[in-house]
Amino acid sequence: MTVAAVPSRVRRPRRERDGDDTGVSARQWFTPWLLIAPGGLWLLIFFILPLFSLGRLSLEDGGLSNYSTVISDNSTVIIRTFVYATISTVAAIVIGYPLAYVIATKGGKYKNFLLALVILPFFVTYLVRTLSWKILLFDGGPVVAILQSLGILNDNQSILGSPFAVVSALTYNFLPFMVLPIYVSLEKMDRRLLDAAADLYSSPARAFRKITLRLSLPGLFAGTLLTFIPAAGDFVNSELLGSDRTVMIGQIIEKNFGKEFFRPELSALSFMLMAMILVGVIVYARLLGTEEIA
Amino acid sequence: MNPPNWLRAIGRVSLWVWAVLGLVFLFTPIFVTILFSFNEPTGKYNHIWNKFSLSGWTDPLKYPELTDALIFSLKIAVVVTAIATVLGTLMGLAMVKYKFRAKGMIGAILILPLTMPEIVLGFSLLTLFVSINWSRGFITIIIAQVMFSVSYVATTVRARIRGFDWRLEEAALDLGASPFRTFRKITLPLIAPGVVAAAMLTFALSLDDFIITYLNSGLDNTFPIQIWNMKRSKIPVQINVFSTALLVISVILAIAVVVGGNRRSRKLAGLTEVSGASLNS
Repeated sequence: MTVAAVPSRVRRPRRERDGDDTGVSARQWFTPWLLIAPGGLWLLIFFILPLFSLGRLSLEDGGLSNYSTVISDNSTVIIRTFVYATISTVAAIVIGYPLAYVIATKGGKYKNFLLALVILPFFVTYLVRTLSWKILLFDGGPVVAILQSLGILNDNQSILGSPFAVVSALTYNFLPFMVLPIYVSLEKMDRRLLDAAADLYSSPARAFRKITLRLSLPGLFAGTLLTFIPAAGDFVNSELLGSDRTVMIGQIIEKNFGKEFFRPELSALSFMLMAMILVGVIVYARLLGTEEIA
Repeated sequence: MNPPNWLRAIGRVSLWVWAVLGLVFLFTPIFVTILFSFNEPTGKYNHIWNKFSLSGWTDPLKYPELTDALIFSLKIAVVVTAIATVLGTLMGLAMVKYKFRAKGMIGAILILPLTMPEIVLGFSLLTLFVSINWSRGFITIIIAQVMFSVSYVATTVRARIRGFDWRLEEAALDLGASPFRTFRKITLPLIAPGVVAAAMLTFALSLDDFIITYLNSGLDNTFPIQIWNMKRSKIPVQINVFSTALLVISVILAIAVVVGGNRRSRKLAGLTEVSGASLNS
């Protein structure tokens, strides 16, 4: 009897799987955890734990007064950082949205090729890209020459060292991060909605506002985060293209991270940078309407 | 209510012009990078165009510190890609194929590193290493890069394999295939394009990363760190030579993978369709 039962017992659980999950439930609960464990532990130890270590360190020696010291010492730098990041994000939207729109709606069979062009800058190292941007803005370089001939810049004026140099480089470096998510959300859009709007006597402008823009909000949201966050934490662009007048939060951390004594304040500064960005993200999500982002 | 046709034509044209200008904006520095690999700089800095020269290309290894840094970067990229691709793919698979408690929390932990400035990630990791007196170098760079790469891999794999027909696995098992054979013949071919894309992304991110790596590198120099260290003394033309060479290699690789991937996915699509039809009937 037992011998006869063996083959049917081997096959049956799999047959039953469609109907109910009981046949595999004993195995199911730990299989996903086995898959997650290695990567999850890595993130737990080297991502979550360090954030606690950073938070604890930021309260050493002076406690919460570390934060007030850091804010009052660096108020100009903090404000400047967020102004630069905001301007470069807005500039990236102004340049990136139409670009993503054209590729997604009018790209036709060249869509993938155009998209590849947008990604191409990523194949050159960040630092080298920034150095090349510096070459373009160099005294005697093409951009300075053009602006001088147009009379926007005086003959002895230069761009390097100015806020414009830093903000333009930030915009340039993170622009693909703006274009790609907007492209993805525009690409998914059902174009027949626009036909329907036109049939119902909506003007193209109204149809754009009510349909295209609305449906691309998730992409716009993602693109804004992916541009604003790295821009706010950056020190490369302001270090390579800026001057004393363009110092950003990242530079203060970069200049001092090797020094023992500065660590509590420095931890407070980076923790604050993170907190301010998180608050900004939440406020921004509220403004755009969270239900549309999810 | 509708604007006149001529106005719409102007709108259409200016939209195109604006988009092309956007592409030019993205493209010009890349062009400059390539162009200046053929420059003969007048001083120590390759910042101003002087005259065409092949000196950088005929003598690419002139600065051993730069060559060593590039080799070091490639070594790190290989190790990081291997570790992060495996760990991230497993996580991505778990997130797509299974329902389990705390799935939302795991998802949030996966996204969080992508929404944090690199300087915070890098500096917080540094405080951990300092607090346990772990000296920085090759190992800590690997740890740091795998940390942020796992999120990218898991997210990429997750997005690419969502909506696959996992009943194919059950079909294979039902037909008597061993779990290992099922994995090799069904699961792996299904997830392969996503995994390859994620691995390429990780390799590129690893070579490219500067901020997190710099904070946790100690005295070891990757290619970007070496450039950073040289910025006050000299910017030789070899930096552009290496960058251009890497660009060309990446583009060729990307084209090869896309072309190969298309052929493969057409085959797989056929397989899925046939099996879907038979399983549904």
